[in-house]
Amino acid sequence: MITLTHFLVVSAFIFCIGLYAVLAKKNAIMILVGIELMINAAILNFVAFGKYDKINYGGQIFALFAIVLAAAAVAVGLAIILNVYRYYKTVNPDQIRELKD
Amino acid sequence: MNVDLFLFYAFATLAIGSALLVVSLKNIARALFLFFVVLFAMAGLYLFALADFVAITQIMVYVGGVLILLLFAFMLSNKELLNDLQQTTGSLFSLPTWKVLPLILFFLGIMIYGIIEWQQSTPAWMTTAIQNNTVIKSTDNNIHQLGIKFMTQYVLPFEVISIFLMMALIGASHLSRKDLQK
Repeated sequence: MITLTHFLVVSAFIFCIGLYAVLAKKNAIMILVGIELMINAAILNFVAFGKYDKINYGGQIFALFAIVLAAAAVAVGLAIILNVYRYYKTVNPDQIRELKD
Repeated sequence: MNVDLFLFYAFATLAIGSALLVVSLKNIARALFLFFVVLFAMAGLYLFALADFVAITQIMVYVGGVLILLLFAFMLSNKELLNDLQQTTGSLFSLPTWKVLPLILFFLGIMIYGIIEWQQSTPAWMTTAIQNNTVIKSTDNNIHQLGIKFMTQYVLPFEVISIFLMMALIGASHLSRKDLQK
C-alpha cells in the first residue's frame, strides 16, 4: 500500500536536490534545471494530495497549471540567458555585474 | 512485498539517484540528458498517484518542450563550458559545496520532521473524503472528468493561463530575435 507519506518524502528529497542546484551551480542553465526539479517536487505533492479530492479535482488541475507556468518560465528564462550570453559572453551569474552600484 | 510498492520504490530511487547525478556531474550535456531520466521517473510517480493525464502532460511538455529548449540553449552557449570550473565567491548564489550541503541537509531535516509531525493528524477534509468514499480510484475515467472540470468550474483560470502562455511565448520569441530594432 503506497501511502501519502511515501510521496511526501520523495518530493522532499527532489526539492532539496533542486535547491542544491540553485544554490551551488555556477551555470545559469543548471540553475534553471534546479528550479525545474523544485517545481516537479511541488507537482508531485499536488498530485499526491489531489488523490483525495474527487469532487473538485483541484490537485491535478493545479498540477497542470503549474506545468504550463514552468514551461512559460523556461521559455522566457532561456531567451534572457541567450541574450545575456550574447552581450557578456558568459552565463555565470556572478560575472554579470554591470548594473551593480 | 507487493508489486506496486516495489515499482514505486524503483521509480523513487531512479528519480532521486539520477537527480543527484544531475547536480553532481561536471559535464552539462550529460547532466541534461540525465534530466530526461528524472522527468520520466517523476511521470511514473505521478501514475502511482492516479494522475495519468498529468503524467502524459509531463512527458509531452517537459521532455518534448522544456528539455529540448534547455539543450538548445546549452549548445548555443557552448564556449562557457570550459570556464565552469573557475572559482567564484562572495555572492548569495553559487556558494561552495561545503557551505551548501549543511544548509540543504538542515532543510531536508526540517521537511522530514514536518512530515512526521503532520502524520499524527490527518486534515479534516481528507478524513471526510475517505469516509464519503470520494477518493480517486484506479477505475475512474480521469481524463473525461478533467475535461469537464476545465470547461466548467475552472474555465476562467484556464483562459487566463492560455493568454499568459501566449504572452510568454511571444515575449520569448521577441527577446531572442537576432537584431532588435532600435
